[in-house]
Amino acid sequence: MFKLRDEIVKLYKKAATSLPSDVEAALKSAHAEERSNAKATLSAILENIRLARKTERPICQDTGVPVFFLKVPFGISHLELKSTIIEATRIATEKVPLRANAVDVLTDKNSGDNTGIGFPVIYPEETRRSKLIADLMLKGAGCENIGQLYRLPAEELKAERDLEGVRKCVLDAVYRAQGKGCPPYIIGVGIGASNDQVTRLAKEQLMRKLEDKNKHEVLSALEERLLGDINQLGIGPLGLGGKTTAIGVKIGVNHRHPASYFVDVSICCWASRRARLIYEDAR
Amino acid sequence: MNVKNIKRINLPLTKEEVLSLHTCDMVLINGQIVTGRDRLHKFLFDEKPSLKKIPFNFEGTILYHCGPVIKKTAKGFELIAGGPTTSMRVEMYEHQIILEYGLRGIMGKGGMGKQTLNALKKNGCVYLHTIGGAAVYLAERVKKVVGVWKLEEFGMAEAMWVFDVEDFPAIVTMDAHGRSLHEEIERNSYNEFKKLMRSPS
Repeated sequence: MFKLRDEIVKLYKKAATSLPSDVEAALKSAHAEERSNAKATLSAILENIRLARKTERPICQDTGVPVFFLKVPFGISHLELKSTIIEATRIATEKVPLRANAVDVLTDKNSGDNTGIGFPVIYPEETRRSKLIADLMLKGAGCENIGQLYRLPAEELKAERDLEGVRKCVLDAVYRAQGKGCPPYIIGVGIGASNDQVTRLAKEQLMRKLEDKNKHEVLSALEERLLGDINQLGIGPLGLGGKTTAIGVKIGVNHRHPASYFVDVSICCWASRRARLIYEDAR
Repeated sequence: MNVKNIKRINLPLTKEEVLSLHTCDMVLINGQIVTGRDRLHKFLFDEKPSLKKIPFNFEGTILYHCGPVIKKTAKGFELIAGGPTTSMRVEMYEHQIILEYGLRGIMGKGGMGKQTLNALKKNGCVYLHTIGGAAVYLAERVKKVVGVWKLEEFGMAEAMWVFDVEDFPAIVTMDAHGRSLHEEIERNSYNEFKKLMRSPS
């Protein structure tokens, strides 16, 4: 597992220092569209992306909570994978470097190496394929703090248990977030039966590429509609006003209970740091 | 918003200089600033250490909401990445800290609330908004890490760092005259929000 460990260290470095090309392209086209201060803000952001890549330094000082979504080939021990990831996290914290962000809830002590109880977050799932796929997201706390969970119906929003209700939840979450989580945002939405499941589903949507089209026609239309709606709010890059408050909306669904309709809205800052490792010789 | 003026400012600032700054002015900061986030704010709020107990000069300077990535090298501390953190988290402490320590500027991202806005007006202080996430871009404007306080106790991200900055860019978004750009943008977005929340019939 040493080779895999080193590949995961590299994955950390890539995620922290090099923004995905689809996100960068979306910020570039927003820059072309905007005027005055929104444009100046996006110029600085684009310059930062370029500098971070060139000097191999973290795009943002908050290197976040590492979240792994794994597709694990049959027969590979999840336990062993987990300890490999933890080891790689310790090395990456020093090597990249990442900011140490794991704080003990009871003592307030920072572990110093980004590992601790449930830290990093790891979601393994078995696959029939022979390759191991590790998707890593470094989720900054500024945007994590502004996510919202809704339980429909929500009377105060006049949001019923349908996709129109979902649209209202998303708008409410972004309106409330204003510029606090570093817009332009990417919005992940999860709909389903239980609150723990939809929060994970919402976060998983943030791993999709911006150009990825939803396989459900009706959700694809809602994603597009919501992107237009959000950009009417005028919050703009970093909340200083402008046309670009979001660059993507991605929605995922699970089945729900007849009595439950949970909607989670997970918000990601413009520095959407995600990276993928495809590991061939996992077995 | 449109940037109105670009002003180069040198620290420490006087009250008169602060009063000459207005919302939507862009500033380029020069001199020594200090960092502080959640833990430092709680500490200053609860313990109220006297200025004599703080090893750096607070008066007339800018308190920057930032938890940097810093590497210790043979030559000293090297700033790797240092953008702003969300300011709203320290809203409950800031008004007292402005009053107690004679700060002339608070810098972060996302803006702050009513209590801080009132404290800015009362004490002659401004809120400066800098570029969230632009950690390398902003670190390039920090010429030197001058010192640190509470590193052992609070850790790297939460310690108070002193940075020597050159033409560090920020925008005045809350001034000492009671104006807040964040309030204005929120109000405008509320009107749009209400329209969008109406379901199509």
